[in-house]
Amino acid sequence: MVQLSSTLLYIAFVLYLIGTLFFGGTIRDKKGASRTSRWATIGITVTISGFISQLGYFILRWIAAGHAPVSNLFEYTTFFGMMLVAAFIIIYFIYKTSVLGLFTLPIALLIIAYASMFPREITPLIPALQSDWLKIHVTTAAAGEAILAVSFAAGLIYLIRAVDQSKPSKRTFWLEFVLFCLITTLGFVAVSSAFSIAGYEAKFKWIDKNGMEKEVIYNMPALVGPNQGQLEKESADRFQPLAEMPAIINAKRLNTVIWSLFGGAVLYLLFRLVLRKRVAAALQPLVKNVNLDLTDEISYRAVAIGFPVFTLGALIFAMIWAQIAWTRFWGWDPKEVWALITWLFYAAFLHLRLSKGWHGEKSAWLAVIGFAIIMFNLVAVNLVIAGLHSYAGM
Amino acid sequence: MEQVKCECGHVNPYGTAFCESCGKPIEETTKPLLDMRYEGSARRSQTYNKTIIDKIWNFFSSVKVGVWLIVITLIASAIGTIFPQEMYLPPNVTPAQYYEDQYGWAGKLYYELGFNNLYGSWWYMLLLASIGVSLVICSLDRVIPLYRALNNQGVVRHETFLRRQRLFSITNVNDERLFETVKERLAKRRYHIREENGNILAEKGRFSRWGPYVNHIGLIIFLIGAMLRFVPGMYVDKVLWIREGETKEIPGTNGKYFLKNEKFIFETYEKGKENEVFNAAIDRVGSGMVAKTYQTNAVLYKRVGPVIPGDEPKLQKVKEYKIRVNDPLKYDHYALYQVDFKLNELSKMSFQLIDKKTGTSFGTVTVDLRNPTSSYNLGKGYRVELLSYFPDFYFDNDGNPATKTKIPNNPAFVFKMYAPDKPKGEVSFVAIRQTIEPFGNNKYKMAFAGIETRNVSALTVRRDFTLWILGVGGTIFMIGVIQGMYWNHRRIWLKQVNGEVWLAAHTNKNWFGLKNEIKSIIEGTGLAMPVDQAEMKKKAAQGGNEHGATQ
Ligand code: HEM
Repeated sequence: MVQLSSTLLYIAFVLYLIGTLFFGGTIRDKKGASRTSRWATIGITVTISGFISQLGYFILRWIAAGHAPVSNLFEYTTFFGMMLVAAFIIIYFIYKTSVLGLFTLPIALLIIAYASMFPREITPLIPALQSDWLKIHVTTAAAGEAILAVSFAAGLIYLIRAVDQSKPSKRTFWLEFVLFCLITTLGFVAVSSAFSIAGYEAKFKWIDKNGMEKEVIYNMPALVGPNQGQLEKESADRFQPLAEMPAIINAKRLNTVIWSLFGGAVLYLLFRLVLRKRVAAALQPLVKNVNLDLTDEISYRAVAIGFPVFTLGALIFAMIWAQIAWTRFWGWDPKEVWALITWLFYAAFLHLRLSKGWHGEKSAWLAVIGFAIIMFNLVAVNLVIAGLHSYAGM
Repeated sequence: MEQVKCECGHVNPYGTAFCESCGKPIEETTKPLLDMRYEGSARRSQTYNKTIIDKIWNFFSSVKVGVWLIVITLIASAIGTIFPQEMYLPPNVTPAQYYEDQYGWAGKLYYELGFNNLYGSWWYMLLLASIGVSLVICSLDRVIPLYRALNNQGVVRHETFLRRQRLFSITNVNDERLFETVKERLAKRRYHIREENGNILAEKGRFSRWGPYVNHIGLIIFLIGAMLRFVPGMYVDKVLWIREGETKEIPGTNGKYFLKNEKFIFETYEKGKENEVFNAAIDRVGSGMVAKTYQTNAVLYKRVGPVIPGDEPKLQKVKEYKIRVNDPLKYDHYALYQVDFKLNELSKMSFQLIDKKTGTSFGTVTVDLRNPTSSYNLGKGYRVELLSYFPDFYFDNDGNPATKTKIPNNPAFVFKMYAPDKPKGEVSFVAIRQTIEPFGNNKYKMAFAGIETRNVSALTVRRDFTLWILGVGGTIFMIGVIQGMYWNHRRIWLKQVNGEVWLAAHTNKNWFGLKNEIKSIIEGTGLAMPVDQAEMKKKAAQGGNEHGATQ
């Protein structure tokens, strides 16, 4: 059953990829032709099939494990990807814009690929997670974040379409930066997969900040080594670190980040060489038929729908559960604080839009920042600022 | 203040931007579109700015200020997550030292700026309180005028009002049945229709306009609830460390309740015992390395009868409960949560009194390490006295034995051993793995014979009378956001002017939906689809292409 479940996830991944291609095909549709072209119909059908397949993965894994598969980083992140696709499908049926698929599905693909770089085993639940509120809280929070992420996709479309690419400016720089971050995620996936297929392993002895001797296994060549790190005998032929990190820095993770940035930079430069212009400029023709006002409205609508869901899942259900599991509904744990920050940010977004009239491009930039905060909470807070909520342990 | 009478006869409060009833602007403006946000109503903050109270009012009612407060709170909150807050530091460290040791100069600076306790700092509290004040004032500033304006709105609107709506069209038709068809379709879409002299006002979803105010009330209630926590008696937060077999008063209950710890259970996931699907994960971190259960089998007792100091309390059993993480014991507004534990604390230690040469044993002495007896009679003239006891033994600066705590982490004893041939007794100092005989060579010895251990469980005792207020606040907040976000307020005006039909429409959000709705309502009637004047304007201004992009 576990095997079948994994296969279904794989199938879903492939279907999303195919769906993206079909949505890409809609670009060439003649403008003015009916909005739901054949390409788009096939695209959405394939996407829905992919979603059903991923739902199958989710249900089978749930049955196999005996608990909802949202209990570790891999499971949570894939679920987030699935919710993103679901949110896209819903918004697609409201607005019938196929170009949204062309941007949302790749983001979902990136997220799922990113998720599968983490340990994929089914993990038993530690006592703090043994609660029905685990699934209630986590699924609602993920759904809320996913709907908010659609607003990012729409915002990105808006920016690619609206930012003047004829001369370099702050706007073109930051837009490139956003795309570079997405490409770096791809870089991370590529580099991790490559070394994992090659089976690279280097074992280090090192001294932690309390002066204790520890062992760590690198799965990528160590550009930066741990504090007073020494390659163990069986790894003696492995790459010698170029630099050594002090004990308070998690050298292994930093090493992964460096490799990802490196991979991302190589990919990005490759794109630039092939395209001979900014990546955003190269993407611009894809969105040339997009109605800016409609895109702006989709972006806002996604926030309007997502904000209440996020509040319910990430704050209210979270507080109820925290009261039961940790005796207090709020504890200023980094993960909680970042959920609060996300919430405050979108509250500010809504106020700026409603009262200060921040529509269009300003609103699109805000949607991008909002997504960056959500991703920060998912990636950095889990891996770097590990608190009570950290899945990183197992 | 004087009121303003419009030409339609309606009397408006001072400060109104356009007439509540017919919508004619009170003062001529050249703006092509009306600002419909508060229906042009007279808001206090836009009208008065003389006294200091006006100034404070205007400050807090400004959304700009509100957004700044939110953004500052957001940034401050983020700063608080750079390094761990003081409450998450390991116990027994000096914060000042810890931050510097762990994070260098940055940690030191962090500590010196007071960020180690950021969320409890006065200025953070002040920020939250300002948001609260701002919520109250900005809501009051808007909700009453808005209510008045929406309540007084007339069906017949002035021509400038209609012309300056974002969606507007003029059609040259003369068809009696047209209005009937349109009305029918509007009614089908659940518009509430009012008619006057052949003019129509169709409206729906007005209640969604109250959404923001409802959600702000929810937030205020929540903030008040959170502050009530500091009122004595509303909130109990105590920790109870309790050993297996022990019965203790539950702190914070004023001696009313007692708890017995029958057993503390700690389990881990072990390979072979669990569902096979977990094997791979258990292999990776190691069998027995991941916790599965923390559980205290507890019995709750209630004190019966009066409290007499010095007397043993009379207890009556209330209930038995298996307290686990995520499953607290609840009774009479109190909740007991499993929060911590200590395994295998020493509870008893046994020794045999032996003759050092022959090894003959003359009996066993078992010392209860929490509550030791001072004298142990072994019969036949053999007797042991416990002269001193150090539960957590160390040598102090003067080289004398002393104890660090009362917890038996490292017990040491001074025994005096009496035997028929040693009527004056021999003194022996016994600690773990060491024996000192201060007065020369003894004949007898206290030989270590075994230990008994027990587990200690830590429970948090909580009573929180603020929770229901927080619940009410949260619920109201959710109702408010859903009301404001998932519905919108749409209005469509139809006016007959000299054989023309003027159509205008307004919504507070989701223009796309409104346009679609109008399209299907006027389909086949010959009415012209309203033009989106905001979009038109943007295109004209940007000189861009059809969709307003600048390329
Ligand atoms: C964290 C705190 C806050 C939250 C979560 C919050 C939430 C909201 C939401 C969800 C809306 C509806 C927005 C929309 O429909 O697009 C709203 C509207 C509004 N909020 Fe807040 N708000 C907060 C703080 C404030 C503060 C401090 C002010 C004070 C200036 C304020 C003033 C307003 C105003 C004036 C409206 C618009 C009402 C209208 O135009 O009908 N809010 N708020």
